[in-house]
Amino acid sequence: MRDFWKSGDPYAWLTGAALVFSLLMVAGLLLLIITKGLGFFWPSRVVVITLKDGSKYMGQEAGSEPIPTPEKRNSAEKKYRIRLKIGNRDLYGLDFKWTNNDDIATTTYPSTAVVVERTEWGNMYGFITEIKDGEKTLASGHEASVSMIRALLPDNKRLIKKIAAIEKDDLGGISAKIERLRLKLKPLEKDGKAPETQHIKSTVEDLERQYRDKESSLIQLKQTINATQVVTQSVEGTVKQLPLSSVVRFYEPNTMGVLAKTAVYISKLWEFVSAQPREANTEGGVFPAIFGTIFMVLVMSVVVMPFGVLAAVYLKEYAKQGVMVKIVRICVNNLAGVPSMVFGVFGLGFFIYGIGGTIDMLFFKSSLPTPTFGTGGVLWASLTLTLLTLPVVIVSTEEGLAAVPQDIKYGSLSLGANRFETLIHIIIPTAMPGILTGLILSIARAAGEVAPLMLTGVVKLAPSLPIDTNFPFVHLERKFMHLGFHIYDVGFQSPNVEAAKPMVYMTTFLLIVIVVFLNLTAIRIRNHLKKKYTSSAF
Amino acid sequence: MQTDIRQLRRPQSDDKQERPATQDKHEDILIECVDLSLYYGDKRALIDVNLDIPKNCIAAFIGPSGCGKSTLLRCMNRLNDLVEGVTIAGTIKIDGVDIYHPNYDVTTLRRNVGMVFQKSNPFPKSVYDNIAYGPRIGGVTKKSHLDEIVQRSLQRSALWEEVKDRLDDSALGLSGGQQQRLCIARAIAVDPKVILMDEPCSALDPISTEKIEELMLMLKDNYTILIVTHNMQQAARVSDYTIFMLLGKIIEFDLTDKIFQTPSQKETEAYIGGRFG
Repeated sequence: MRDFWKSGDPYAWLTGAALVFSLLMVAGLLLLIITKGLGFFWPSRVVVITLKDGSKYMGQEAGSEPIPTPEKRNSAEKKYRIRLKIGNRDLYGLDFKWTNNDDIATTTYPSTAVVVERTEWGNMYGFITEIKDGEKTLASGHEASVSMIRALLPDNKRLIKKIAAIEKDDLGGISAKIERLRLKLKPLEKDGKAPETQHIKSTVEDLERQYRDKESSLIQLKQTINATQVVTQSVEGTVKQLPLSSVVRFYEPNTMGVLAKTAVYISKLWEFVSAQPREANTEGGVFPAIFGTIFMVLVMSVVVMPFGVLAAVYLKEYAKQGVMVKIVRICVNNLAGVPSMVFGVFGLGFFIYGIGGTIDMLFFKSSLPTPTFGTGGVLWASLTLTLLTLPVVIVSTEEGLAAVPQDIKYGSLSLGANRFETLIHIIIPTAMPGILTGLILSIARAAGEVAPLMLTGVVKLAPSLPIDTNFPFVHLERKFMHLGFHIYDVGFQSPNVEAAKPMVYMTTFLLIVIVVFLNLTAIRIRNHLKKKYTSSAF
Repeated sequence: MQTDIRQLRRPQSDDKQERPATQDKHEDILIECVDLSLYYGDKRALIDVNLDIPKNCIAAFIGPSGCGKSTLLRCMNRLNDLVEGVTIAGTIKIDGVDIYHPNYDVTTLRRNVGMVFQKSNPFPKSVYDNIAYGPRIGGVTKKSHLDEIVQRSLQRSALWEEVKDRLDDSALGLSGGQQQRLCIARAIAVDPKVILMDEPCSALDPISTEKIEELMLMLKDNYTILIVTHNMQQAARVSDYTIFMLLGKIIEFDLTDKIFQTPSQKETEAYIGGRFG
C-alpha cells in the first residue's frame, strides 16, 4: 500500500478524476438543456380524457408527477397525477390542467382531433367542422374541411407575407421619409425661409397621399384575408370561428406517421430560428434575438480589437517597463474582475446620458425631447461590452506579443526597418494567434453577458432590426433583442411562464450554439494563422 | 590563404594592445573602432576597443563566453541601442562616417551593415517575402525589380536551386541550414557593405555548416564579413583575420594563420591551445 502511494500514481488518478468530473458536469448541463428543449417541438398525440364526473378535457400530455401526500409519506403506494396542455386560452384562460389519475374514467385518442397553432391565444385543441367564406360555406365535415385548409393555407401565407412587407417596407419607408422631412422643416420654419418650406410641405403631402393609398390597399387585403373563417369546436362543444389568417400551423397528430411528425418538427424548429416572436415571446421564433446577439458581438469585436491591440502594443513595445507600467497592468487585470453590472451603470451614465445626450443636443436637436442616441441602443450596449472585454484583449495581446521571438524583431531591425515597420509587418502578424485568442475569450464573455445590456439598450421586443432597408440601413441607435435577455424575459417575466418553459431551454440551447459557433469561427481563423506563422521544428 | 598584409602590423608589446591594428590610416580600411567602451548600467562590457578592419575580408572574433564578442558585433549596427541601460563611449566609423553621430540615421546604417543571427530567424512569411522584406522597406515596389533582387540574393547565397520552386511556401518549412542561408540571402538583399554573423553555425549540423562556410568564402569578394564563433576550426578555416578577445578587451588581432600558429600573447596561446576558455 505504501508503495502504491509512493509511486505517485494516486495523484495522476486524482487529476484525472477532477477532469472527468468537470467534463461530466458540462455534458450533464448540455444534456439537460437539449433533452428539455429539443422535445418541445415534437407533435405528441392529442388525448381526450373523460373524468368520472363526466367532464371532458382535451390536450397534449405534458408530464406527470406523484401527488404529494404528507400523511402517506412512508406507504409504498403512490398516487400520480398528469398534466395536460389543454390550450384554448380564449376559452379556459389556462394553458395547463392537472388531473389525478384516479379520477380518470376513459382515455381516448380521437382521429379527428386537430391542433391549430394560432397567432393569438396559443394552441387550439378540438375539431374542425366547417370552412366559411363570409356567409357561404366552402366545406363542411372533418375530411372536406381539412383538405380545404390544406389547399388554402399556402396562398394565405403568401398574402400574410405580402401584407407584412407592405406594412414594414412601404409604409415604414414612407413614414421614415416623412419624419425626416418634418425634422428638416422645423428649423426652416423658424428661420422663415418660405420657398423651401413650401417645397418640403408639398413633398410631405405627396408622401402622405402615397401613404394613404398604400394603407387603403392594405385594408382591402386584410379584409380578403379575414373573410375565410375556420369553424372549430372544442371538446365540450363550444363553437368558435377563427380567421384562416390567424392559423400558423395545423396538424392532426393522432393520425400522423413518424415522417409527417418529423416534417412538422422541422418546420417548427425552422420557425423558431427564423421567425419573429409571437404572444409576448412565448411562441414563434427568436430571430430578432439571434440577430441582435450576433450583431452586437460583431460591433463589439470591431471596436475592441483595435483599441485592445493598440493599448497592448504600447504597454509591451513602447512604454518604458517600470513601476508605472506595472501599476497600469495590475489595473487592467483587475478591470477584468469588475462585476459586469458596474460596466452597465457606467455605460448608462457615460455613453447614453453623456455622449448620447451630447450627440442629441448637437445633431438631433429638432427631434428632442425624444432622444435619438440619448437612450439605450445597440451601439451603447456594444461599447459597454467593449469596455468589459477590453482587459481580456489587452492581456492576451500582451502575451501574444511577448511570445514573438526577440530574434525576429532584431532580424527586421537589422534590415533597416524602423520600430513601427517591424511592429506592423513582423510583430503583429506573428502575435496574431495570441490576439485572436483574446478576441475569442471576449466574444464568449460578451455573448453571454446580460446584466449590463439591461441598462444600455436591450428590450423584450424590438419593433425592427438594427439593419433594414431604410436609409441609412444600419441603425446603431436602435434598441435590440438579445438571447440572454430573452431567456430571462420568457422564463421569468412572461405572463405564461409554464407554457414558455421549453422555450427557455430551447433559447438557452440556441445561445450556447451561437457562442460555440462564434468561437469556432474565431478558432478556425486563429489556427489558420498559427499554421502560417509558427515555426516548424527542425 | 593569400591575404594582403600591408595594412597589418605586429602589435607593440609596450602598446598594451590598445591599437593592435595598423596605426597609419589606409584607404582599404572599412571599419574603424576608436576607444570604444560599452557599459551595461555600471558594468563595463567593452574596454577601450580599437580596431581597424579592412574591406572584403572575413574577420573572426574568438574568445570565451561573455568576453564581449557579440556585444562588439552589435555595436557595428547599433543593435545595442535597443537594450535598456546601455551607454557607449568612443566612436565607430564605417567608410569614414561616425555611426554614433547624433545626426546619423540608424536605418541607413542597418541597411549598410547586415546581420545574421545565431539562431536562424526567418520571418513567418514566404521565402519570397522574406527576401523582399528589406528592399520593400527600403522603398522598392516594382515587382520585376523585386523578383530580380530575390533571385540574385538567393543565387548569391547558393539557395536558389533548392528553393526556386517553392518561393511562395513558408520559409519556416525550410531546413535549419536552408533557413540560415535564407537569412544570409535576406541580409544580402539590401546590398550591405558589411555582414555581421553572430555564431551563424552554432545550431547547425556539420554539412550545413560547411555550406555556410563555403558561402562566406564566396561572399568575401563583395562584402566584408565579421563573424563571431566559438568554433576555433571554423575561424581557422574561413577567416583572414582573427581577433581574440578576453573580458571586454582585444588581446590580439592578426592574420589568422599567424594567430593560430604563432600567437604573440600568452592568453591567446592558452585559449587556442585549449588550456582555458
